[in-house]
Amino acid sequence: MGTKRHFRVWRGDDTGGSLEDFQVEVNEGEVVLDVIHRLQATQTPDLAVRWNCKAGKCGSCSMEINGKPRLGCMTRMSTFNETETVTVTPLRTFPVIRDLVTNVNFNYQKARELPAFAPPAGVAPGEYRMQQVDVERSQEFRKCIECFLCQNVCHVIRDHEENKHAFSGPRFFIRAAELDMHPLDARDDRKELAQAEQGLGYCNITKCCTEVCPEHIKITDNAIIPMKERVVDRRYDPVTWLGRKIFRRDQLDEQPVSASPKPAAAAADSGSNWHQEGPVPQEAPVGADGKLVVAELTLDRAAAGSPFGDDQVFPLPPEQLRYQHPSPPTGDGH
Amino acid sequence: MTTTPARLRSASGAGPRAAISEKTLRTDRWWLQPLLVFLGLGAFVVYGLVRAIMNKYYWASAEHYLAPFYSPCLTKSCVEGSSHFLGQPIPQLPSWLSPAMIILVLPGGFRLTCYYYRKAYYRSFWLSPPACAVPDGHKTYSGETRFPLIFQNIHRYFFYAAILVGSVLTYDAVLAWHGKDGGVGMGLGTLILAVNAVLIWAYTLGCHSCRNIIGGRLKHFSKHPVRYRAWGLVSKLNAKHQQFAWASLFSVIIADAYVMAVSAEWITDFRFFN
Repeated sequence: MGTKRHFRVWRGDDTGGSLEDFQVEVNEGEVVLDVIHRLQATQTPDLAVRWNCKAGKCGSCSMEINGKPRLGCMTRMSTFNETETVTVTPLRTFPVIRDLVTNVNFNYQKARELPAFAPPAGVAPGEYRMQQVDVERSQEFRKCIECFLCQNVCHVIRDHEENKHAFSGPRFFIRAAELDMHPLDARDDRKELAQAEQGLGYCNITKCCTEVCPEHIKITDNAIIPMKERVVDRRYDPVTWLGRKIFRRDQLDEQPVSASPKPAAAAADSGSNWHQEGPVPQEAPVGADGKLVVAELTLDRAAAGSPFGDDQVFPLPPEQLRYQHPSPPTGDGH
Repeated sequence: MTTTPARLRSASGAGPRAAISEKTLRTDRWWLQPLLVFLGLGAFVVYGLVRAIMNKYYWASAEHYLAPFYSPCLTKSCVEGSSHFLGQPIPQLPSWLSPAMIILVLPGGFRLTCYYYRKAYYRSFWLSPPACAVPDGHKTYSGETRFPLIFQNIHRYFFYAAILVGSVLTYDAVLAWHGKDGGVGMGLGTLILAVNAVLIWAYTLGCHSCRNIIGGRLKHFSKHPVRYRAWGLVSKLNAKHQQFAWASLFSVIIADAYVMAVSAEWITDFRFFN
């Protein structure tokens, strides 16, 4: 038999909101997301929460529980005292859509600004060979589930909204490190890109990203600091700098890096328009009171709305795609 | 039923955040750790200043103990016997400057620009941020992108200097095996100086710059098996960098204070033999 616990959940949208109090039943073995679902089922059917796998692998149910950025599905109720109030709020760093759901578009924008893996010249797909020791470091970063808790907790943008244009955040520093450490990545300018375009210098390594990572990726020690050191190798090490000047290596292997992303040039490189506007997220159909209609029967159509927007036509016109389909291998070798 | 309401469209850009009035909703004692770090580092700085200004009680001549804060003693102002193989290349100092001030720049700079200590003092001294998900106390923030904090990038030069300092402290620890009646002897001070040298090395070699220089900057570990192995060892030390940072901080204070006490004859060195 469960016990009644006191929950405070932030309800509202971009016009405002407040913490609402609930007494809700909690059973043994449950996690915070279970309790949020019980609230939906019993008291607040229109409480908005984003969730998916309930196993800590999809990164959807990021929220702040008692002020700490956590995954709702991985926060056990047994970690709280029975008399303790549990406060659940949406992520603070991103614009709120409704209740516990925030708009994390910032992260997708930053992901698009990061140059993708550059295939090595003269090696066809299928011919890539890598030693395990060479890819081990990068593999740690592949554990990322993109819950964006690190992005949310980072004070560079959490406390200073104005830094958002210049700062990509820990999730994309590990991506940059992953590619810079990748044995087959052909780009040589990732260190300069990390500094000039991702804002690596804004990070003051206070390690909150590492503290909140549900995948326990050592973001600071294994990605951000190594990237900072690699930037030092290139930019702040007078011995290296002098050597490069003397042997003119700076003109051989370094591509100039722009101070800001150049959409037109990037598009010309890849044949894709990375910066075009994507489909805008759609709001769920709401009733006159501004809240979700509870019963599906009262909806004007069967089943749920399309997450891509009901006015979106499929298939998408190819010129509007934001990725480039790999061209089939040439020759008859395969 | 189509189209997107204007309200939501604005949210896809830079819409407002959730209106939560509380600055932080953390219920744990998040202020405890920055407070302890503040007190710990503050105490170290105060002790270091007092010792650097004191300019005496750093050489216990009978036991051959040299206080780490004054090692190596490079000036002509050093008391007799306290300078060793490095000699006294620096002339007589004015009375307000002690030999410690000259040499403390190197280990001090190493610790000041250390990636762990940066985290520690940015949180506890500069409140930027004091703890995770607690607002930092500043209106604007530019991190380490400009003067003066961009100079944190010179950490690796202090690392090179720290290797020299570590070597000298090791030499001091070996000298401390000098017996009171000549020959080999061992006292409590010998043990303290040896433990201090080991901890200083564990801290120095686990440095993030060292990890990069040893092998971290490589793209192909498989082509450099020796450096890969060395990188693995440094990584093990690096994982405990915070613990070694504190352990070596305490050990250097204990070693220095012990030598000071023996040198000033406030206590008598406990001798295991000779």
